[in-house]
Amino acid sequence: MGIQEPYPLDVEAVRADFPILERKVGGDVTVPGEGEGDTTPLVYLDNAATSHTPEQVVGAIADYYRSYNSNVHRGIHQLSQEASTAYEHAHDRVAEFVGAEGREEVVFTKNTTEAENLVAYAWGLNELGPEDNVVLTEMEHHASLVTWQQIGKKTGADVRFVRVDDDGRLDMDHARELVDDDTAMANVVHVSNTLGTVNPVAEFADLVHDHDGLIFVDGAQSVPHMPVDVQAIDADFFAFSGHKMCGPTGIGVLYGKQHLLEEMQPYLYGGEMIRKVTFEDSEWEDLPWKFEAGTPVIAQGIALHAAIDYLEDLGMENVHAHEQLLAEYAYDELTAYDDVDIYGPPGDDRAGLVAFNVDGVHAHDLSSILNDHGVAVRAGDHCTQPLHDKLGVPASARASFYIYNTREEIDELVEAVDDARQLFA
Amino acid sequence: MGIGGGSDMYRQQILDHYKNPRNYGELDDATFSHTGENPSCGDTITVDVRLDDDDETIEYVAFSGDGCAISQASASMLSERLQGTTLEELEAMDTEDITEMLGVDISPMRIKCAVLARQVAQDGAKLYEGELDDLDVTKTED
Repeated sequence: MGIQEPYPLDVEAVRADFPILERKVGGDVTVPGEGEGDTTPLVYLDNAATSHTPEQVVGAIADYYRSYNSNVHRGIHQLSQEASTAYEHAHDRVAEFVGAEGREEVVFTKNTTEAENLVAYAWGLNELGPEDNVVLTEMEHHASLVTWQQIGKKTGADVRFVRVDDDGRLDMDHARELVDDDTAMANVVHVSNTLGTVNPVAEFADLVHDHDGLIFVDGAQSVPHMPVDVQAIDADFFAFSGHKMCGPTGIGVLYGKQHLLEEMQPYLYGGEMIRKVTFEDSEWEDLPWKFEAGTPVIAQGIALHAAIDYLEDLGMENVHAHEQLLAEYAYDELTAYDDVDIYGPPGDDRAGLVAFNVDGVHAHDLSSILNDHGVAVRAGDHCTQPLHDKLGVPASARASFYIYNTREEIDELVEAVDDARQLFA
Repeated sequence: MGIGGGSDMYRQQILDHYKNPRNYGELDDATFSHTGENPSCGDTITVDVRLDDDDETIEYVAFSGDGCAISQASASMLSERLQGTTLEELEAMDTEDITEMLGVDISPMRIKCAVLARQVAQDGAKLYEGELDDLDVTKTED
């Protein structure tokens, strides 16, 4: 043990922005919020499922509802203009954050899953046929796996899966075998929510483009945690969710190259997405509004803008470095136990999450015991059931880190894991 | 304590039944046998029941399966509890009877683990009596 490396972030200052981290737990779960019986300090390590929301973002939501709440794009009155401007600027901010050309390439959806479905329905159903194939990976989240699997059944397109090797990395030789001139679409997860693997998506994009196919990159676990440039990756489509990056639930982002979005038919029909309507026919609004039918996610979009401001103030490089430090620490602490199995690549080559099992302890039992220590982790298949089948386990426990987590919290996790080991020994 | 669950769920009795399951195995001469699972957890339970000559009294119950401590301990304890009872009594058992049998508070998220064995035994009995048709595997709801 030497002197510990300092955190890349001012963790104490960050934690002060998240009052929920002061919460205690252990009481009646049917009553939301801290109450009687809540006596154990919370250690929140379920950030890959959802992150917490800083005061700055809560404030942006409150400010919108308190001072300029209004529907967008349909009022000449002042509040509507203010809301419209803020909502449109949120698209610009997102575009800048991930390196898109502009707001035309940024569609707000409900979440990553809806972004996947938008492309699967609006593009996949119209473009795919029995002669085509769609290439996925064995580590895809159900959001893309189930979506393209079902679109494959509807269109007759062959859906194929790139193998994950024993180290939890994509077998790129296998990818080169599977991707061929009939590959119309590939869907690759940028960072695995189960293995923590950071996939070579730019290399994958080159491979698919060499065969004139398109690539959809699922960035739900990358954009919140590291600098991402969709043009550097050369992704045709890219998606992520607001609630995993200090934003609210109810907003996701679909990035698409402008010419592709222009060629695509709408996914949902209704108000907001039309320019002209007669009883006989309709004309579509410009991008991105063509894909945002009905009253859109106004408060959520404005809050996502605030979340991006918050993260960029910290610096995405620092966010990434902080999480890597924690992931490596957790990996090293947990691998000290022979009966703890960790899935995915080594500690110095993974994103900020660790999924694991303890021999002889079911993941749900483990998670219940951790909960008693106030440690919140996810237990289950993390929406990667086929990957868990391949790993030969029904479920795993997953600790996932964010900007406010500390080494002391990981010590709590490890202590609770040790407790479970002894209870079941 | 509250109903949050946690380590209080893992009192000695639960851990004992989990580590040393009673009546574990399969019956060659079962009157009926049925299997169930919690798809989201991966818990599986098969319950084999042998009835007395009266075709109503449960003479012996064996179970086999795999899963979390709550589901397996519940199956082990239920296998003991059911010996000598009737099919009617089995079919009358509700969730409260199971939590009472386990003797610990079960957190809401884990109830389906606790009641899996009971559900499998009840569905098996109903299938045997012809009150339920075409059910290969019992699946508990989330």
